[in-house]
Amino acid sequence: MSWYKVTHISNIPLREGRKVRLPNRRELALFNLGTHFLAIDQQCPHLGGPLSDGIVVGDTVVCPLHAWKICLSTGSVRKPASNSCVRSYPTRIENETVFIEFTEEIPEQVAS
Amino acid sequence: MRKLVVIGNGMAGVACVEQLLKYGGEVAITIFGDETHVNYNRIMLSSVLAGDKPEEAIVLNDLDWYRKHNIDLKLGRRVVEIDRELRLVRADDGTVVGYDQLIIATGSVAFVPPMGGTDQENVYAFRTLDDTRALLRRARPGARAVVIGGGLLGLEAARGLQVQGCDVTVVHLLETLMNIQLDVTGGEYLRRKIEQLGVKVLTSRKTAALTGDGRVRGVRFDDGEEVPADFVVLACGIRPNTALARSAGLQVNRGIVVDDFLRTSDEHIYAVGECAEHRGIVYGLVAPLLEQGKVLAAALAAEDYSRPYQGSLTAAKLKIMGVDVFSAGDVNGNDPSNEVVRYEDAGQGVYKKLVLKEKRLAGVLLVGDASQEHRFMDWLRTQADLAPVRDSLMFPPPTPDRGSQVAAMADSEIVCGCMGVTKGAIIGAIHEKGLSTLAQLKDCTRASTGCGSCTHLCESLLQAVAPGFAREIPEGMCSCLPYPQEKVREFIRGQQLRSVQEVLDIYGNGVGCEICKPALSYMVDVVWCGEHDEDRSARFINDRVHANIQKDGTFSVIPRMRGGVTSVAELRRIADVAEKYRIPMIKVTGSQRIDLLGVKKQDLPAIWAELDMPSGMAYTKGVRMVKTCVGTEFCRFGTQDSTAAGIELEHRLEQLHSPHKVKMGVVGCPRNCAEATVKDIGLVGQEGGWQVVVGGAAGKTVRKADLLITVTETEQALQAAQIFFQYYRENANYLERTYDFVERLGIEKIRKETVYAPEAVRSGLLERLRKSRAHASDPWLEGRQPARPTQFVQIEPVEVVQ
Repeated sequence: MSWYKVTHISNIPLREGRKVRLPNRRELALFNLGTHFLAIDQQCPHLGGPLSDGIVVGDTVVCPLHAWKICLSTGSVRKPASNSCVRSYPTRIENETVFIEFTEEIPEQVAS
Repeated sequence: MRKLVVIGNGMAGVACVEQLLKYGGEVAITIFGDETHVNYNRIMLSSVLAGDKPEEAIVLNDLDWYRKHNIDLKLGRRVVEIDRELRLVRADDGTVVGYDQLIIATGSVAFVPPMGGTDQENVYAFRTLDDTRALLRRARPGARAVVIGGGLLGLEAARGLQVQGCDVTVVHLLETLMNIQLDVTGGEYLRRKIEQLGVKVLTSRKTAALTGDGRVRGVRFDDGEEVPADFVVLACGIRPNTALARSAGLQVNRGIVVDDFLRTSDEHIYAVGECAEHRGIVYGLVAPLLEQGKVLAAALAAEDYSRPYQGSLTAAKLKIMGVDVFSAGDVNGNDPSNEVVRYEDAGQGVYKKLVLKEKRLAGVLLVGDASQEHRFMDWLRTQADLAPVRDSLMFPPPTPDRGSQVAAMADSEIVCGCMGVTKGAIIGAIHEKGLSTLAQLKDCTRASTGCGSCTHLCESLLQAVAPGFAREIPEGMCSCLPYPQEKVREFIRGQQLRSVQEVLDIYGNGVGCEICKPALSYMVDVVWCGEHDEDRSARFINDRVHANIQKDGTFSVIPRMRGGVTSVAELRRIADVAEKYRIPMIKVTGSQRIDLLGVKKQDLPAIWAELDMPSGMAYTKGVRMVKTCVGTEFCRFGTQDSTAAGIELEHRLEQLHSPHKVKMGVVGCPRNCAEATVKDIGLVGQEGGWQVVVGGAAGKTVRKADLLITVTETEQALQAAQIFFQYYRENANYLERTYDFVERLGIEKIRKETVYAPEAVRSGLLERLRKSRAHASDPWLEGRQPARPTQFVQIEPVEVVQ
């Protein structure tokens, strides 16, 4: 489990998202919702569209490619009806800086 | 034949007659109405005032209905006397009708507080369709309206007038708005919401008099302070309309006293609705009067006295888009034996309060989020023991999908609180009668014909149960902002709104969506000729990074090449850039330009700088390009210098946004080599002049452009194109191409309002275009100075911390 110190809060404008690339090449999308920041996977579960480039609608983001609507707090797909989802990541603010917690997924066999 | 007379053609009287007709049987019915309208839905008047619904949409029973049921309808006539001995009624025009049974359903009248100046011109009530019409005639952008009374009706009137562009102030006697339905905290939350909408609120103010000289000029309070007003709306409550009953000698307290079967003190006379007083209570809402109507109909038609009326559980709901307020039962919970459960989120403006009495719900108050109202109403109605759900009182356990909100409801749960229609009844009707549209469902069950707040639930039920159900497309852009775009542009202008978020906060749900946000971004831009507050978060990604997003998340870059004319230096720079940045594909487009495909976002600023060409704006809803033929410069057949004219046209219009993309063409002769007649705007050169054509298409459909005007000079042709372009910008709906716009309005109308319009109109269009053009700039300059932080940057974490 690691917390990444990402960027100053002013670098992510209100209701916009930015792509964050971790040292392990994982790409996340980080959003500024005014009162808090939320992070999910960068790629849309549909056809891999860049979620950080979507329009923020309430607590969701709309993928710029085919308008899939992804919940920013849970990572679930709100529209269309779908069981697929992306991961969401805890964030916190400290000294006006955003931190994201990223944990490598534990392979299922080990987990069970 | 039995003779039934109904005094009052409003919702209570007619609803009772509707119930009565269900029993069949021989009865001659006469209905007197002092308004000149058929029975309409009074609680939807606020929607008519706000322009959400046309008058026709709130008619509950049209003339055909009265005719079909052989009802003798006497409109515009007021009954002035009841002769109980002879059993007849006399109207103000002398009409006399005898009765065996008489129903008084005279409703209530607006209360006019005893103070000076209320009899002046421009003082209105808000109670009838005629009042609403008068207010609509009076309301105009900038007019100062003062609404006296901050209850349900006053707030709805205020909102309606504000939507019409008025500058509205609500004056309330007490400290808490909607004090009958809310507690102090709830009132504060509501006040904040109303103020956010742009309505001024003055509480704890006692109005002493309306000032003026026969025409109202202002409102004076008892402390001497005065606010100016162009007109005043009195919404100080209602009083049961009991004068007729009183003069007939019936027993009247606050209302006409009735027993559990709605009988008055005369066994042949009944009273229902807002004029009746049952067990000491006079109801002022729609649900009780419908319940009363049912009981009375059963008694009158079938002599069924098995189900007495035992009073109603009332719930009040504010019908203002984006301001959820719901209140039912005892919401104060002052009794120490009560338990109060509260939830508050000041940031989101949500306040919820439940009052429990011995583990059962006694009252509920919701401000800011009334999505759970049905659940709470069911608890109130059934008086269910809440101990088992104590942990999830406020919020139900999460449901896996949206459809299950309907699935989770019990069959006995009431979907339409106004008309008292249960989920079971709706599903039964859908199956038995084979209903598949909302209109059929309304007709058959009356569900969703009251306040309309259950429309969504009804649609969900139809969707779940009815095969072949198709949701009716709302007139507005999307459900966030249910107004026609024309109206939205008026709001923006009238209320001086300069940002997308302001429009959404004041007229929409405060959130918006991927459909309305880009549309509103365009509208504030065009209305203010570029002097708006640009909010990039409301723009599609293409308009944030000024490039066209591709299926793999990369972008395409198309520099401007006016008229399709380029140079050695430009071509060399394009080649250098393509090589340096390993552009995967270079393509000549159909618009006489060169497209560099597969560019990474972070490379965009450097590529623009090295190209040193302006943006072709091929990614946006705006002016794309002007395609030209070589014209007189080289062509053997050319009659006009199409290349020069095309380049000039592109110069004049470039960098501007429009409702949809605009592609143009200029050709030097009718051979039309650059296909000007299938472009949004085309100039077709001919011997001695130009034809200006508009609304052509060569996309999903092919449409030959319509002739706008024929002129002799190139400058005239350019101006005609500019005038049409600005007219399209100002009047088309967002995402409406010129070819749909021209078909919708018709070329005749467009000619009349553009090139053949009076000089002042034409120069107005040109002036606004000039202003917009002056505010526009090459978006690729943002490569040097990004408008937003980290616009083109990929963020990488600074460090890992544990």
